[in-house]
Amino acid sequence: MSSAGVPTPEPAAPGTPAGAGRTEQLAATLDRLFGDALVAIPGRPFDLTYEVRADRLLDVAARLRDAPELRFEMCMDVCGVDFLQHGVAEWKTVAATATGFSRGVSRVGASSEDIDESIAKGPAGGRRYAVVYHLLSISLNQRVRLRVFCADDEQPIVDSVCGIWASADWFEREAFDLFGILFRGHPDLRRLLTDYGFIGHPFRKDFPLSGNVEVRYDPEKGRVVYQPVTIDPRILVPKVIRRDNRYDPQLTNAPVAPVAGKPHG
Amino acid sequence: MAEIRNFTMNFGPQHPAAHGVLRLVLEMDGEVIQKADPHIGLLHRGTEKLAESKPFNQSIGYMDRLDYVSMMCNEHAYVLAIERLLGIEPPLRAQFIRVMFDEITRILNHLMWLGAHGLDIGAMTVFLYCFREREDLMDCYEAVSGTRMHATYYRPGGVYRDLPDTMPQYQYNDWRSKKDVDRLNERRSGGLLDFIADFTRRFPACVDEYETLLTDNRIWKQRTVNIGVVSPERALQLGFSGPMLRGSGVEWDLRKKQSYEVYDRLDFDIPVGRNGDCYDRYLVRIEELRQSTKIVNQCVEWLRKNPGLVMLDDRKVRPPRREEMKGDMESLIHHFKLMTEGYSVPAGEVYAAIEAPKGELGVYLVSDGANKPYRLKVRAPGFAHLAALDEMVRGHMLADVVAVIGTQDIVFGEIDR
Repeated sequence: MSSAGVPTPEPAAPGTPAGAGRTEQLAATLDRLFGDALVAIPGRPFDLTYEVRADRLLDVAARLRDAPELRFEMCMDVCGVDFLQHGVAEWKTVAATATGFSRGVSRVGASSEDIDESIAKGPAGGRRYAVVYHLLSISLNQRVRLRVFCADDEQPIVDSVCGIWASADWFEREAFDLFGILFRGHPDLRRLLTDYGFIGHPFRKDFPLSGNVEVRYDPEKGRVVYQPVTIDPRILVPKVIRRDNRYDPQLTNAPVAPVAGKPHG
Repeated sequence: MAEIRNFTMNFGPQHPAAHGVLRLVLEMDGEVIQKADPHIGLLHRGTEKLAESKPFNQSIGYMDRLDYVSMMCNEHAYVLAIERLLGIEPPLRAQFIRVMFDEITRILNHLMWLGAHGLDIGAMTVFLYCFREREDLMDCYEAVSGTRMHATYYRPGGVYRDLPDTMPQYQYNDWRSKKDVDRLNERRSGGLLDFIADFTRRFPACVDEYETLLTDNRIWKQRTVNIGVVSPERALQLGFSGPMLRGSGVEWDLRKKQSYEVYDRLDFDIPVGRNGDCYDRYLVRIEELRQSTKIVNQCVEWLRKNPGLVMLDDRKVRPPRREEMKGDMESLIHHFKLMTEGYSVPAGEVYAAIEAPKGELGVYLVSDGANKPYRLKVRAPGFAHLAALDEMVRGHMLADVVAVIGTQDIVFGEIDR
């Protein structure tokens, strides 16, 4: 009983090996329609990710929704990503120094030189905040992921896509709340998840896991008060990056990471 | 002459019909809603940030606590994302077990929804009936994982252990007579699969019972028909999924359209509504109860015939068994490394979506090659639904707000995360 406005979807789904042909077809279509406005990011097979320049976002988004061969009528998710510590391990495991391996239990926060080094070589190319959009086309049964980097780390700002997909409203409010990313043209950019009067953006990588303030009951004042946290943040399990030859595309002929497919057997 | 102003009313956060901790600031003209502003976040625990500080496997338990009435489905999306990044696939038996428990979870969720929705808009009995059947399904959770709700049963590479041959038994005590206990234990004399098979035989009659109470009930229809109508075009714009989308007449179900695990081998139908009101969404969910029973039954048949591994035999992901560890140095090292450090996942990003009982539950996972997720984002279906609450209740009466909250199947664990 599908309604008149929404045609019946096609069977094979991109994102599965069965839909591999259609994924390539979609990639070709996107390439033809957008040219250099969309930069493909290599990733898992059957999974399309594109980077969009912040100033082209609204134009690209509107065409993604309206072009008859794309028809991404749904925006399933918008979220922020902070690339500050991308690729920075808390425990060096490759090169042992003269003192041997560290114990990997140091206090949170790598030295600032380490972080700067990682930004330059990470996928962000020196930029810190990205907004990631997951689009879904129900009529053509296809998905695509867009990534937009904010130009300015001090005041990250991108255009709001609320006018194109109404569902982006709360997702953008959440990204603003948790990452401090501003959305130009958003109708009602208020905090969403954190407490009334909360200070800071908790999902930024430089925001401590245990927060900055804690609440307690003050018997003298007769009310609940905020005070700086009294616990020291510490690492329980250090973050470790292992070079794994199984996933090295130069050592194996296999694709970067074979997709979880269905062999039917 | 007196000035006429809209009246602002506070609803929640401690209101029995708010389904948890929803605070609504309602702007009312008499008893008609002009604007609804949901304030959420009262259950925000920072699950995604916590996951960034832990090895992958240690966060599986947090996923149960997202949508805490459909526990295993949340685990499923998370585990699926890790598996796709690792490039591994669980054995077929594990996939069938997962599908079976996903559908058991769907029944659990819909029963909770039906009971609570009924209670909210004035049907007390159906709540008691629903919880009677929920009890049996939670026993299945207990049999397989040891806990009745927060199972932590799915693992990357399969499930934690195979289905047990025995069911937990009721004990005699001062409050329960021997006769009662024997009656309760009668169904629990066989293995878990026997118990589930027995449940699927009994359950359709139970659904008939709920329908007798509600489907043609005049009061029920007065409270739900033409309430909270969403057109298919708006449903797409607002990012709806699951029964909320299907209730509006859009035929879309990830189990069919972007099939995962073994759903493409199973026979089931997708119920679709016509009018997009609360009543159609009720009918869709009721039919899903029947279809899920059908899927569970097919899984039981298959699982009976096909014993085998339930976890991938990959030492880089699965810790070795205790016996192996005691006699084999290599296993001891693997066990130590997996328990203290976990496994590293290749750098990349993935979005794994499943058809959770409430809609599309997506897990967006960014890895930088470490033993912890770099960024985890849970796309909760209820989040998009609640965002549309304002649009759905405008122009309705105050009492209809409760019906709309009910029909959206709101659970704050997943919305606030």
